[in-house]
Amino acid sequence: MAAARLLQAGVPRFRCLGSLGKAAPSTSQLSSRLFGTLLAPEANQQVDPTVIRRKLITEPLRHPDFFNVKELFSLKELFDARVHLGHKKGCRHRFMEPYIFGCRLDQDIIDLDQTMKHLQLALNFTAHVAYRKGIILFINRNRQFGHLVEVTARDCGEYAHTRYWQGGLLTNAHVQYGSGIRLPDLLIFISTLNNVFEPHVAIRDAAKMNIPTVGVVDTNCNPSIITYPVPGNDDSPLAVELYCKLFKMTITRAKNKRKQMEALYGLQNKADSS
Amino acid sequence: MGCPCVVLNTLRLIYTTTAVQKRNVAALGPEKYTEAFIKNQIEEFNLGKRHLANMMGEDPETFTQEDIDKAIVYLFPSGLFEKRARPVMKHPTEIFPKQRAIQWGEDHRPFHFLFYTGKQSFYSLMHEIYGKLLDIQKYQDHLRAQGLLAENRKQINLIGSRWLIKEELEDMLVEKLTDHDYSTCIQLLERLVTLPCCGIEEEYVLKFRKELAIQLKKMVIESLQYDEQGVAFSTGEGKRKTSQATAVVYDNGSGKITVNGVDYLCYFPVMQDREQLMFPFQFLDRLGIHDMVCTVSGGGRSSQAGAIRLASARALCSFITENEVEFLRQAGLLTPDPRIRERKKPGQEGARRKFTWKKR
Repeated sequence: MAAARLLQAGVPRFRCLGSLGKAAPSTSQLSSRLFGTLLAPEANQQVDPTVIRRKLITEPLRHPDFFNVKELFSLKELFDARVHLGHKKGCRHRFMEPYIFGCRLDQDIIDLDQTMKHLQLALNFTAHVAYRKGIILFINRNRQFGHLVEVTARDCGEYAHTRYWQGGLLTNAHVQYGSGIRLPDLLIFISTLNNVFEPHVAIRDAAKMNIPTVGVVDTNCNPSIITYPVPGNDDSPLAVELYCKLFKMTITRAKNKRKQMEALYGLQNKADSS
Repeated sequence: MGCPCVVLNTLRLIYTTTAVQKRNVAALGPEKYTEAFIKNQIEEFNLGKRHLANMMGEDPETFTQEDIDKAIVYLFPSGLFEKRARPVMKHPTEIFPKQRAIQWGEDHRPFHFLFYTGKQSFYSLMHEIYGKLLDIQKYQDHLRAQGLLAENRKQINLIGSRWLIKEELEDMLVEKLTDHDYSTCIQLLERLVTLPCCGIEEEYVLKFRKELAIQLKKMVIESLQYDEQGVAFSTGEGKRKTSQATAVVYDNGSGKITVNGVDYLCYFPVMQDREQLMFPFQFLDRLGIHDMVCTVSGGGRSSQAGAIRLASARALCSFITENEVEFLRQAGLLTPDPRIRERKKPGQEGARRKFTWKKR
């Protein structure tokens, strides 16, 4: 019912990517918040490529955690990486109050149970986007971790932007880059604030261009417009290394899974299927 | 009754255009040359070069660019004053400006991982340099842990070279840079160079250095020559305003000075000019030691005296030590005086003098 509607909404978007269309994707909420029934993958004997392609795309959507991202991290790992440490009470953002466990000696502690849930959703979503060969853009404006984020992006085969954000990058792309440009399908913020401790312009631009965002929000950040916020520390080196490692693993895992599925369904995928 | 039919007929005759939207030519940007097009042009150029060589009766294999230029000037004589408007036949890489190819593949995914920053080559350069900086720091920590840091210091020698200027960096990256970007890049390179073990990345850093031309045109001090009697002598040349002088200074003399075959007392009746001639010798306390024979032409009495002074000082350099040459230079005896007569301007009486100002 709702799943079928979503699938019909999802498929046309990726089919028209091949033609030189505008790079304005419709909202594809491929979230696993919809818990469908667990179906075993059928052995597909059909030769028709469109049906195979549809199967490739719809198969992962039937499972809540198709890529098994839950096993990539545990509560202990998050705690050891100091993900639960927030900023001082005075820096607290009003909208982060639901995610805060408590306050100890004026320092906010983030609720790691909620972080686990949100992180699982976010990683699952990234995996689905990477499975569908979407373009993922890592954004971070913290100078301490800029190099690390760029290296992570390069190792995944995805893209990074850790420099000064030119105003019209997303909203004025056709003028800046030329026609035929394909915009990112997902933005991942390792830190949602820029150098002057204000929300990064890309959050608002992505919302304007209907691009989903995943972001690590600290206690002084605004989580409202981000599609998949992940409450957690964005200032400790250990925490940031953990996030980079997790995103890299999910993306590589999703891409390998895609290759496996293609080999499984015996389809030579050269063109613009997603 | 007839009216509506007439109206309908006239309506049908109205001409309507089918063009919906005019292509905005200006918005496309400068014309893009595809790789295939450039390759085509290069093949055509090579063929044309061989044809031209055959036409001129030369060997096609050894036909250089200068020969091409001469042949074109011969075959297509042009009276145009603007050199750039004349017919030219050069290799296509020199004619068509270097451009970026399309940055994404068939599936529209960009090739470079920093494509979405806008300045991909510049930021990837910064990324690379920073990566090398981190590598050097790791290597240093490794050495320090083993206690070998003090011996293995390797610095890069930067003397005699300068950093690339902004235009050169832009050419290297095929991308426009701002001043701020350029200064950040140079600051990062400077930071890399200050590390004790930066010698590991020496060849990478030297890619961004350019050798300076010979800094100062070092004055060539000629050695002494000896004439038939075995007397040491040396020649020097000097100029001042419009006078030119050559002086030959002999050793073992008695302070005799001959100018244009005449004794200096007769040639320069004014005391001031004779003082000018004396100055180099007096400065070095060699007044009665040297003889001088000089020839001078052009200018007036004062400028001739100045020219001879410079010529004799230059000739004297061969007789004295390096330190004394430095003293001469600091005294201003070796510097040619650059002042020349300023031209008269229209609307004024002289070079500076204006006409008399009348109030009414």
